[in-house]
Amino acid sequence: MEFFRIKRDIPFMSWGKYTTTISLLTFVVAVFFLVTKGLNLGVDFTGGTVMEVAYSHPADTARIRDTLVKMGMPDASVQNFGTSRDVLIRLPAKPEMSSAKLSETVIAALRQDDEAAELRRVEFVGPQVGKELVENGALALLLVSLGIVAYLAVRFEWKFGVAGIIANLHDVVIILGFFAFFQWEFSLTVLAAILAILGYSVNESVVIFDRIRENFRKMRKATVNTVIDNAITRTMSRTIITHGSTQMVVISMFLFGGEPLHNFALALTIGILFGIYSSVLVASPILVLLGVSRKDIVRPEKKEEVQALP
Amino acid sequence: MNRYPSWKYLIIAVSILLGLVYTLPNFYGESPAVQISPLRTAPKADTALLQRVEDALKKANLPVDGMFLEAGGVKVRFADTDTQIKARDTLQSLLGNGYMVALNLLSNSPQWLTSIGALPMYLGLDLRGGVHFLLQVDMRGALSKALDRYSADIRGSLREKKISYAGLDKQGSQITVKFRNTESRAQGKAEISNTYADLDLREENVGAEFYLIANIKQEAQVRIQSSAVQQNITTLRNRVNELGVAEPIIQQAGVDRVVVQLPGVQDTAKAKDILGRTATLEVRMVDEGRDLEAALRGQVPFGSELYTERGGGPVLVKKQVVLTGDRITDAQPGFDNNSQPAVHIDLDGNGARIFRQLTHDNVGKRMAILLIEKNQAEVITAPVIREEIGGGRVQISGRMTTEEARDVALLLRAGALAAPMDIIEERTVGPSLGADNISRGFNSTLYGFLAIAVFMTIYYLVFGFISVTALGVNLLLLVGLLSILQATLTLPGMAAIALTLGMAIDANVLINERVRDELREGLSPQAAINAGYERAWGTILDSNVTTLIAGIALFAFGSGPVKGFAVVLCLGIATSMFSAVMVSRGIVNLVYGSRRKLERVSIGQIWKPATDKR
Repeated sequence: MEFFRIKRDIPFMSWGKYTTTISLLTFVVAVFFLVTKGLNLGVDFTGGTVMEVAYSHPADTARIRDTLVKMGMPDASVQNFGTSRDVLIRLPAKPEMSSAKLSETVIAALRQDDEAAELRRVEFVGPQVGKELVENGALALLLVSLGIVAYLAVRFEWKFGVAGIIANLHDVVIILGFFAFFQWEFSLTVLAAILAILGYSVNESVVIFDRIRENFRKMRKATVNTVIDNAITRTMSRTIITHGSTQMVVISMFLFGGEPLHNFALALTIGILFGIYSSVLVASPILVLLGVSRKDIVRPEKKEEVQALP
Repeated sequence: MNRYPSWKYLIIAVSILLGLVYTLPNFYGESPAVQISPLRTAPKADTALLQRVEDALKKANLPVDGMFLEAGGVKVRFADTDTQIKARDTLQSLLGNGYMVALNLLSNSPQWLTSIGALPMYLGLDLRGGVHFLLQVDMRGALSKALDRYSADIRGSLREKKISYAGLDKQGSQITVKFRNTESRAQGKAEISNTYADLDLREENVGAEFYLIANIKQEAQVRIQSSAVQQNITTLRNRVNELGVAEPIIQQAGVDRVVVQLPGVQDTAKAKDILGRTATLEVRMVDEGRDLEAALRGQVPFGSELYTERGGGPVLVKKQVVLTGDRITDAQPGFDNNSQPAVHIDLDGNGARIFRQLTHDNVGKRMAILLIEKNQAEVITAPVIREEIGGGRVQISGRMTTEEARDVALLLRAGALAAPMDIIEERTVGPSLGADNISRGFNSTLYGFLAIAVFMTIYYLVFGFISVTALGVNLLLLVGLLSILQATLTLPGMAAIALTLGMAIDANVLINERVRDELREGLSPQAAINAGYERAWGTILDSNVTTLIAGIALFAFGSGPVKGFAVVLCLGIATSMFSAVMVSRGIVNLVYGSRRKLERVSIGQIWKPATDKR
């Protein structure tokens, strides 16, 4: 079987103007939603208490809410979680109730109301811990970005590093934009997914860059655009198949991983889809924009040696 | 050119074998068990203890699946949880407070596996259920407590040396000693600076009074704080032992934080209550000479405090502490002569002497026993001393319930916290959710793997099948490695296993595509295989390094479950490089390498553009 029967190189580079415009547009839209709507940060980052309560019968969220209001917690959010029998209760961080006692009082009240209530999970994060997690998350993102730029710069050339990281940070912003637009909960695991996808998507750029470098050596007469078009076209089938395989696993996670892996799988899916797009249609135009040329890769004095290679 | 030397096959075979052996324990599952470990005062775990446990269980007619004597104690395995719980209760009442009897799960893997260190993966709290706490030690509280101690000690020293002083006050972070004249202040200063090297002294004159102000030196503050954290950890460990938790984790995190993980704990309310309490005991004298009526009106006499006795009237209690909870060696709940719940306390030698002296000197007077919790003191009882009490055995009874008596005894036994602590993070996972999470992670991995296997085999035929085999080896090695390292496996960690598989196949896709490419260029099959693997290697290396960078950063900055994700991701990259390149090449070489005349390889249809040469 062979999916990709491409007769000649696809002129990706000549579409550069359009693709760059599209990228810029999606980027701006993502930033717009990030600014206006903001991320729906999970308890990991904001501090507060999350309780997962299971009932043996479909849960009456309105009644649970009433119970909480009676307890003096009108700002608690109650929603179904996964099934109609499971309820997720979010209690915002309260300075005067910062002790972890809160969850005890709540579950005691719920049990009094309905014997069947079973506490499945409690997460309490103090405000200061939340702040640290935000800082550490941002720091990790920064370090991963720098590390990747440095690696690509050493392995290829600085232009490749810059192009690679811009393309992939563009993915990160778009993932964040999706989370802001749909107000999906942004938790620590989602952050982990984003960092993993950052490392993974860069692979894509690396594979293409590898071909570009090889082509610069082999196709001595060709223009930069031809070289890049050829590199992208020839790696295309691999790009799609690899991402498809990863996506299969992610879909499996989405279907069988339940609530805890739901948003994790979502972030990965968006990351994978935009990862294909950006490494093909964002990274390479930026590379051209930065003025990449044969000289960057093939050093004149080493010409003979390169030619001697099989 | 497509043959491996035998040492390479040997490496592959050995690693697969090791992977198999160390993955094996994960398949046996776990069975309920009871773990008996001696606490401080009890004799060591030995065959005598084993015998006692065995006899007791036989007598109670509880069938046992196996018993093991280990360095830490005795473990007994049971067929079901019912027997397990019955056995726990039986053993607890037999052995008493000297031993910790905890419910646990024991791996069912055979002895020979355990003896070579092959254990099942270490499951995190989100998979096995349990409680995770992050506690913050109140450093200011630690200093304040130290100041309290210094105040009492300075009082004692001055009195002992017969240096007269007008008063002693603790204000904020300093102690102010007031003197009537400069001579006594000079004497006092000499005495204090000689005895207490950790205090900085400063003189100050306010009106007609001569003050000596003492501060704790900076380096001493640091020492006090770090030892407070250490003492809190010790105390927490004692308390957790009292709770009966198998395999608890209690460790320092950062300068002023402590992580407590209690796997399998169901009653989190109780756990939180016991961990957070700062109960200690103080014995003071009741101030009977002063006017209680005036005190009730708000004029509490200097040097005394007004309390309400539990279930009784108000009492004036002197501020001076005669005896503290530090002197307690053991505390047991029980009943007094009137069958009321009581706590029986044993004092150490020093404490016993002080207590005898106190009761000898004060026959006919009242003393007060105070329980201090979270800086709030309560007079449990204020009995009249009828006679001298020697031997260091004290009984406190004061209108408490049996439950309260048991908690108080536990807290007194485990010792006090050196500084108050706050829970700043809590993650509790119920056991049913833990089991759900395991099946979620398992199913994600299983179906993801199957999907890839089907696709790869259809698309790349024999080469696809070889890639899938290599991917299977990858999974085997990864699980084996996680079992060997005993790294904590969390749900995100299981997601990382699945994700690693999805990403690891990339290497094989790269190789297979390269081989197809080379065939398309017209290379002979053998040459194409060789060139495909050689050329793909550099790309595989590059792409894995970038993912590794992300993994390492996640490990460095992530916490809890995310760290678990990062560990698996990094290990998965390592195993996938090995399996995708070396193992798959090994199989390819076995299948195709030895054929002299290889006409075609089964890697799926290779389509050549009709318009040939570009």
